[in-house]
Amino acid sequence: MINFLSTYGTQLISKTGQHLYISAFALALGVIVAVPLGIVLTRMKRGANAVITLAGVLQTIPAMALLAIMIPIFGIGSTPAIVALFIYSLLPILRNTYLGMEGVSPDVKDAAKGMGMTAWQSMIRAELPLAAPVIMSGVRLSATYVIAWATLASYIGAGGLGDFIFNGLNLYRSDLILGGSIPVIILALIVDYLLGKLEFAVTPKELR
Amino acid sequence: MLLSMEHLRKEYANGKVAVDDFNLNVDKGEFICFIGTSGSGKTTTMRMINRMLTQTSGTIKINDKDISQMDPVKLRRSIGYVIQNVGLMPHMTIQENIEIVPKLLGWDKEKRDKQAHKMIDLAQLPEEMLQRYPGELSGGQQQRIGVVRALAADQEIILMDEPFGALDPITRESLQDLVKHLQEDLGRTFIFVTHDMDEALRLATRVVIMSKGKQVQIDTPENILRHPANEFVTNLIGEERLIRAQPNIMNIKQIMRKNPVAISPDKTLSDTIDLMHDKRVDTLLVTDDQDKLIGYIDLDDVSRNTNASTLVSELMNHEVFYVQDKALIGDTVQRILKLGVKNVPVVDDDHRLVGIVTRTSLVDLVYDALRGATDEELSSPFNADIHAAANRDEDDSKDDNKDTEKEEGSDGQS
Repeated sequence: MINFLSTYGTQLISKTGQHLYISAFALALGVIVAVPLGIVLTRMKRGANAVITLAGVLQTIPAMALLAIMIPIFGIGSTPAIVALFIYSLLPILRNTYLGMEGVSPDVKDAAKGMGMTAWQSMIRAELPLAAPVIMSGVRLSATYVIAWATLASYIGAGGLGDFIFNGLNLYRSDLILGGSIPVIILALIVDYLLGKLEFAVTPKELR
Repeated sequence: MLLSMEHLRKEYANGKVAVDDFNLNVDKGEFICFIGTSGSGKTTTMRMINRMLTQTSGTIKINDKDISQMDPVKLRRSIGYVIQNVGLMPHMTIQENIEIVPKLLGWDKEKRDKQAHKMIDLAQLPEEMLQRYPGELSGGQQQRIGVVRALAADQEIILMDEPFGALDPITRESLQDLVKHLQEDLGRTFIFVTHDMDEALRLATRVVIMSKGKQVQIDTPENILRHPANEFVTNLIGEERLIRAQPNIMNIKQIMRKNPVAISPDKTLSDTIDLMHDKRVDTLLVTDDQDKLIGYIDLDDVSRNTNASTLVSELMNHEVFYVQDKALIGDTVQRILKLGVKNVPVVDDDHRLVGIVTRTSLVDLVYDALRGATDEELSSPFNADIHAAANRDEDDSKDDNKDTEKEEGSDGQS
C-alpha cells in the first residue's frame, strides 16, 4: 500500500485530477443542457415524451460503443470522452427536471400567475425553487454514473483513473487495478455526499 | 362604476358554453357573492375578471377601462386573488409571501417591510409569524395570510374562489369576519365565489345566483330571501332557511290584517257598542278624520259607563302601543309578546292606521321558525352557530307560545 503510494503517488493525484475534470465538465454540460430542456418540455406537453424516450435510447448505447463512435468525430483525448459522458448524464437530469417541474402544485402556479407574475417570474421565483430538490437528486445520480463511467474514458486516451485499471488489466497487476478502482469509488462517494449536502441546501426549509 | 361586465360569454373549444350573457355592474365597496351549483360558471366568470381566462365575447371594464386592452400581468397585480387551497408559496416565509406583489411592483424594501407588518396586524396574527414558513401555520392562519396578501399592494378589487371551503366551521366563521371587516371598514370590493349559501347570505351585499352559465338572480340577500326568482333559487336557498329568515326579512306590513275596526272620536257610546257587536270585537281603535291613530276604546271603558250618549273622545285611552308597518318582524315580535297585549295597531309613516297585528299571526310565524330550525337540526353540521341561535329562540318562544294560547279565547279582533 505504502509502496504503491510512494511509486504512483504523484501519478495518482494527477490522474484523479483528470478524472474529476472529465466528470465535472461532462456533468456541468449535462446540467446546462438538460435542466433548461426539461423545463421547456414541461411547457410543450406533446414533445416531452418523445424527447425523454430519445434520451433513454441514448442511455442504452453501450459505453464502449459510444466512446468508439466519438473517435471519428472528435478524435482521441478528453473531448470525445466528455461528450460521451455528457450524453449519459442527460437522462437522469432531464427526467428529474421534467418531473420536478410537473410536480409543482397547480395551486402555486395558479396563485403565481393570478398575482401577476410573468411566466418567467413564476418559473424563477416559484416553480424552480420548489422543483430544485428533485432536479438535484437527478444531478446527483448523474454525477455517480459519470464518475464511474469516466474510467472507460482512458480507453480513448482521455486519461483519468481508468489508466491504472487498464494498465493493471494489461500487465496482470492487481495492485494497479485496485489502485485505480478504489479512488474512483471514494471519489464517487465524496461527490455524492457533497451533492447530497447541496440537495439539502436547495430544498426549501419547509419541505425538508 | 368600479367594475362592469357586459354580455359575457365563454365558450370552450369543445362547444361547451360555460358562461352565457352575463351582466353585472359592481360599485366600489360592494361584496358580491357568486353562488351556484358546480358547473354553473361562477368560477369561470370570476377568472375572466383578472384575465386568467379570456371571454369568447362581451366586455369587462374596470374604472371604465376595457381590460382586454390592458397588459394582463399589470391587471393581475392590481387585483387581489385568493384561491381555495391558499396558494401560499411553501418555500417563502410569510413575509416574503405577503411581499410578492409589492415586490413585483418594485416597492422599496422599507415600504414592503412596513406593509408586511401592517398586513400581519390586519390578519390578527402575531408579528413573529412573518419569519415562519406556511407549513408551520394552521390552515386557518394560512388562509388569513392568503387573504391579506391579496390586498398587500392596495388592490381595490379582490377575487376569491371558494377561499374558505376547506376550513372547519369555526375557523371559517372567523375568516368571514375578517373579510367582512376588510370590506366594511376598508372599503375593499370583493368578488367572492362560494357554494355555501349561509356564507353568501352572511357576507354579500349582493348575491349573484348562477345556474348552467346563466345568471338567475342578482339581488341583496334580503330580497333574495324575500322574493326568490324561481324554484331553482328556492331550492338553492332551502325551504328551511327561507322560513327561518322570515322574521328578519319580513316586515309588519306583510303579516298584518288590513282594515282594522276603527271608530271616530265624535261617535257616541251606543255607536261603539253597536260596532263592537257587529264586528264581534271587544276593542275598537280610535282614528281621527285623517285616519290617524289617536287611541283605543275597549269593552271595560264602555261597560263602566251607562250614559249612551257619552262621546268616544271622553272615554278613549290615549296611551296606545303601536308599531310601524315597515318595522321588521324580528325586531318587533318580542316586544309585542312581552307586553302581553292582545293585538297591536300598525301605522304608516304619517301615523295613519293601516292594519293590526294579532297574536295569532305571530303564533304562526314563531311556529314556522321553530319547525324550520328543528327539522334541519341534523342535516347541516356546518350551521352550529345558527343552531345555537335557533335553539335559544326556541326556548324563548315556547314560553311565549303558551301565553298566546291562553289568551287566544279572548282575542277579540280575530
